[in-house]
Amino acid sequence: MRVTVNGEARELPDDATVASVVAQITSAARGVAVALNDEVVSRADWARTAVREADRVEILTAVQGG
Amino acid sequence: MSLPPLVEPAPELTVDEVRRYSRHLIIPDVGMDGQKRLKNAKVLCVGAGGLGSPALMYLAAAGVGTLGIIDFDVVDESNLQRQIIHGQSDIGRSKAESARSTVNEINPYVDVVVHDEALTTDNVMDIFAGYDLIVDGTDNFATRYMVNDAAVLLGKPYVWGSIYRFDGQASVFWSEHGPCYRCLYPEPPPPGMVPSCAEGGVLGVLCASIGSIQVNEAIKVITGIGEPLVGRLMIYDALEMTYRQVKVRKDPECPLCGKNPTITELIDYEAFCGAVSEEAADAVKDSTISATDLKAMMDRGEEFMLVDVREPNEYEIVNIPGAVLIPKGEFLNGNALSQLPQDKKVVIHCKSGGRSAEVLAVVKGAGFSDAVHVGGGVLAWAGQVDPSLPTY
Repeated sequence: MRVTVNGEARELPDDATVASVVAQITSAARGVAVALNDEVVSRADWARTAVREADRVEILTAVQGG
Repeated sequence: MSLPPLVEPAPELTVDEVRRYSRHLIIPDVGMDGQKRLKNAKVLCVGAGGLGSPALMYLAAAGVGTLGIIDFDVVDESNLQRQIIHGQSDIGRSKAESARSTVNEINPYVDVVVHDEALTTDNVMDIFAGYDLIVDGTDNFATRYMVNDAAVLLGKPYVWGSIYRFDGQASVFWSEHGPCYRCLYPEPPPPGMVPSCAEGGVLGVLCASIGSIQVNEAIKVITGIGEPLVGRLMIYDALEMTYRQVKVRKDPECPLCGKNPTITELIDYEAFCGAVSEEAADAVKDSTISATDLKAMMDRGEEFMLVDVREPNEYEIVNIPGAVLIPKGEFLNGNALSQLPQDKKVVIHCKSGGRSAEVLAVVKGAGFSDAVHVGGGVLAWAGQVDPSLPTY
């Protein structure tokens, strides 16, 4: 299925979850937040939240500057 | 979700104050009531730096009656590209005092409380207790988690903002009405993974873009107008010129503000965030030389390879003679190891010693057991060996 990850189209297996998408993008899950269709998914729910056709996934990185 | 005003109105505005705030007073949503609430409000700005500069200046101009400023640092020339509350003549001065002068000049009706000290687990609860709302303009993860935890434990709302290069994020964290910082980012990135502004840079004007959002939200929360940025994260991209937002819910599993909290008091934030990784801390033990040691090795004509692990644009600003540039990322992905000599000692340096420590861990792990890094990096070299060099 095709989903949009950080603004780019990606082909993902049908059983993809938020956790598996994060693992594809970054090796470090710490300091990262994920929004699925503009709503942040709590860390505890990553593995059980399925990603569906045409979903938009956004992986956000914490920055510290001020 | 609109929320009730955070602060009760002050009894009255003086004639001078009415004149000064007239452009607020004639907005029906603000009016006398809202301006009196601002007058009665006590707001603490943590950090008088990039975000703190515009935040403090606009909070002062808006008529927030009591402004707390906490910063332990002194004004450096490299701050002036973005920290507009300070000027040329403030270089070397306490940031908190310098900020106080500017606030007094903008609005003499503001009571300024200067906390010329570092915010620590020993003083944060006492300091925060005296304020209605906190504005977070700090520059490191450890302080950010401490600010969040103290605000949640005290039940205070705080307006959070963070910046890096061209990107900014902002939100209002208020556990009584929505998520906290830990609901969004349960823990910081691994040490060394996300550069600070000192390492990666920041577009000066980005501070105003995010700092002004923070003030906007502070005013709304204090006066109870509009839709505060509670439960929403604003994401700003200055290159694309886009503002986007995502919803953030309270995480029932949040260790701080969730249903069964496991963090019920302040913790050790340096340990939680890790200034350097454990591997790096192990690697530098007995394998750190000073800039003057490096100079002595050069003067003795010793055979070694000096590797600069910063980025090319940093190398262009200043470099140590004879250093070969191989950015840190090339070591983390393993590509650079084949470029290291087997028959010569390897000496690694970066800007101030953090990145070189991480690379040293990788290099030693690959079998270069006599490799060392330069404590303090090129900044120490410029300070102790060749003061003619520029620093950044």
